[in-house]
Amino acid sequence: MTTDRPETGSMPPADAAGGARPPPAGPWRRALQGLASSRTAVLSGLGLVLIVLATVLAPVYAKHVAQTDPFRSGLSAKILIDGKRSPVMERSTEGLGLGVTPIGPTWGPKYFLGADNQGRDVAARLLYGGQNSLIIAGAATLLCLVCAAVIGIVAGYAGGRVDTVLSNLIDMIWAFPVYLLAISLSIVMLGKTFEIGPIHISSSSLVVPIIIIGLVYVPYVARPVRGRVIAITNSDFVLAARGLGIRPSRILWRHILPNVATTLIVFAPMLMALNIVTESSLSFLSVGVQAPNASWGTILQDGQALLYSRPVVSMAPGIAIMVTVMLLNLFGDVLRDILDPKSVRGR
Amino acid sequence: MITKLTPARPGRWAATVATIALLAGLAPGFAAAQDAHRGGTLRLVSVSSQGTLDPHVNYTSQFWQLYAFLYDGLVGFKKVGGPESKEVVADLAAALPEVSNDGKTYTFTLRKGVKFSNGKEMTTDDVEASFQRIFKVLGPTAGTFYNGIVGADQCLAAPADCTLAGGIVADKAAGTVTINLVAPDPEFLFKLSAPHASILPAETTAKDNGNAPIPGTGAYMVKSYDPNNSMVIVRNPAFSEWSKDAQPEGHVDEIDYTFGGTEEAAVNAILNGQADWMFDQPPADRLAELSTAAPDQIHLAPLSAWWYAPMNVNLAPFNDVRVRQALNYAIDRDALVSLFGGPALAQPVCQVLPPDFPGHVDQCQYTLDPGDSWSAPDMDKAMQLVEESGTKGEKVTIVTEDNAASRGIGTYLQSVLSDLGYEAAVQTISGDIQFTYIQNTNNKVQISISQWYADYPAASNFLNVLFGCDSFHPGSDASINIAGFCDKGIDDRMKAAIALGATDPAAADAEWAKIDGAVMEAAPALPLFTPKQVDLLSTRVGNYAFSNQYHWLIANAWVQ
Repeated sequence: MTTDRPETGSMPPADAAGGARPPPAGPWRRALQGLASSRTAVLSGLGLVLIVLATVLAPVYAKHVAQTDPFRSGLSAKILIDGKRSPVMERSTEGLGLGVTPIGPTWGPKYFLGADNQGRDVAARLLYGGQNSLIIAGAATLLCLVCAAVIGIVAGYAGGRVDTVLSNLIDMIWAFPVYLLAISLSIVMLGKTFEIGPIHISSSSLVVPIIIIGLVYVPYVARPVRGRVIAITNSDFVLAARGLGIRPSRILWRHILPNVATTLIVFAPMLMALNIVTESSLSFLSVGVQAPNASWGTILQDGQALLYSRPVVSMAPGIAIMVTVMLLNLFGDVLRDILDPKSVRGR
Repeated sequence: MITKLTPARPGRWAATVATIALLAGLAPGFAAAQDAHRGGTLRLVSVSSQGTLDPHVNYTSQFWQLYAFLYDGLVGFKKVGGPESKEVVADLAAALPEVSNDGKTYTFTLRKGVKFSNGKEMTTDDVEASFQRIFKVLGPTAGTFYNGIVGADQCLAAPADCTLAGGIVADKAAGTVTINLVAPDPEFLFKLSAPHASILPAETTAKDNGNAPIPGTGAYMVKSYDPNNSMVIVRNPAFSEWSKDAQPEGHVDEIDYTFGGTEEAAVNAILNGQADWMFDQPPADRLAELSTAAPDQIHLAPLSAWWYAPMNVNLAPFNDVRVRQALNYAIDRDALVSLFGGPALAQPVCQVLPPDFPGHVDQCQYTLDPGDSWSAPDMDKAMQLVEESGTKGEKVTIVTEDNAASRGIGTYLQSVLSDLGYEAAVQTISGDIQFTYIQNTNNKVQISISQWYADYPAASNFLNVLFGCDSFHPGSDASINIAGFCDKGIDDRMKAAIALGATDPAAADAEWAKIDGAVMEAAPALPLFTPKQVDLLSTRVGNYAFSNQYHWLIANAWVQ
């Protein structure tokens, strides 16, 4: 083992002088210490907290600042600008009088970033959209990690036929291009309402994109997890545990899962970033989040029709996606350096 | 009449000779002036092509616009701009047919000397074979436009063996073709004017010819076609103009149609002089810019079309007429017009028949002050109807196409339905499949966004087609009565109005206006607006003419 981080199941090293000394900090504690000492991790973590906080406060912003319902069309709405009531949707009066253009950024409380082609407040929708994008990406990440952990651990620990079947299943899913698979699943799932016993999932539910995005990336995580489990299964402390007759479930729970957890944690922020991009892509293609729900992807799609007249409608969610993904990747890089035993910088 | 020349003074003779000589000298100049616009290449662009080139199969406005100058039927719509474009004129027939046998027999005498682009002369054999082919290729209107021809029933049952025996009777020696109908059909000449009744060479294979061009009798022919790339159209070397109204010679020598790119790119190409016209409508966010920067390049024309939202009368909550009426009262039709680009591009409507269409009489039941036209939504009335129906809180899904206009309308309707107390959602489906998806009752579509463009100028083409019992086919992708509306009383009135049209068109139109009102009282659909066509042309294109049937008459335009 090249890492200075002890395996959870191994014995602590003896003091060279032979005297007793306090046990070394556990891997989790050292990970937290590492994160706290990294300026990149602190700044990116702070940025992420601010983004999450902003999206959580979306209802407050919409109700008390923008004073609008961002899910309701406001095609006939009016706004007071410089003491004059102006329509949110401005009808062209010049030339042939063609076209209706939504109001641009006012940089004030109402319509801070202007309106979209339904006359809705873009800033309020951006916050609500961010809420959904983060919920979907977070839940999909969790779903993906749980599925990948179960498949990877079972395949890696059981070996034999179970491993062959599960590995081939993973390879089969892996063989599909991610977006092609996600779009195909979306088209199938969005056309139906699922009712499994008491569970009722409508096509417009956020659960649909969560399931789709969560599942398509399972092979990408399950593979490395399986490899790690195989390595741990053949390590001395697991062999010793087996030799002592400890039940497999206990070995899995006490020795293997804690060691695999670090791998899963390293994957989490990067997977989350990937999921935000995937969700936005699917929603942009109309196969992700469905109206009346909004996400950064759907706002991006709304903005596409206003690219020339009101570019801010597409730029705003674009920037939000870029910043969030960048912060997640920066945070994930630091986390990997701390937790991944194979990381060069982590040695 | 014989005119005797009397001797005249030498000077008068000299003047006469000089005048004749001058006129003779000027004649070529006049001819040259006439031909001054002949030649050049017209460059058209479109985001995508529309599939097969086969005129008996293709049912898209994009290609019907091309068929106007590629193919001919026995009769056709006049190729001129304005209201006259609704008139039917003789095309491959020398004159409009003799109608006998109480409106059930049409006798056409064919023009002589008309040739296909492959050089073969058109005969009665080609006419007979073409009508059989409509059924053999299972043309999309075989069962709706041409099912009244004697023998059509057998052809629809066994297309491969179609002979239309007794239905199409050709006399090669006399050059006549007689079409016998089972019952009088006052709209039959309109149906014969549609590209689906184009006359093709008898030897044309009885299957969809796909991308392979079929020789036609029109002024132009397709030289090459790649649906993913381009189409090149050139003059038909065998063409000789026989009727300017039916098939004008055309001005340009070549038409290059490019497929691909975006609407934005197409607008830029036209403004930069790299293209002459775009099939697709300019994107909404460019309209304001275009309307000030290039007003002379924009042509607006009203369309015989209807944007509407069919409501499934067999599915909750729309199986309750009060809910359908409530939504009709609740929508702000001005807002919908805004979504389509403003009042210059669309007109709010609350009835089926579009303005200036046969049978149209201004009427609006669903407005704050019911009368001739829409004024404002009546939300109180709508809320009251929803309360009475007891359907508040039910789930409603609006199925839209994956384009900005359809999605925008869907989102707006979702907002209105939420205001009415429903749990509404929007489901967006690719435009390639949405139209068939919403027709199939198995998909349980409650409400959707759709459009209907007239095939020919007759009220039945809207009311009977969209709300007739015969157009409702449960479980089929081809059930154009999307609302599933079938009212026996109204259906009988529609059939009677069609029959009345054969003897008294004015009385039939008046009846259609009443039927329009009766249909809207049952509210199987939500009328949204009547759109206008926006044609953006390059500065070098002249002689723009808009036909109600074929839209911009491409061959009538010139580029030099």
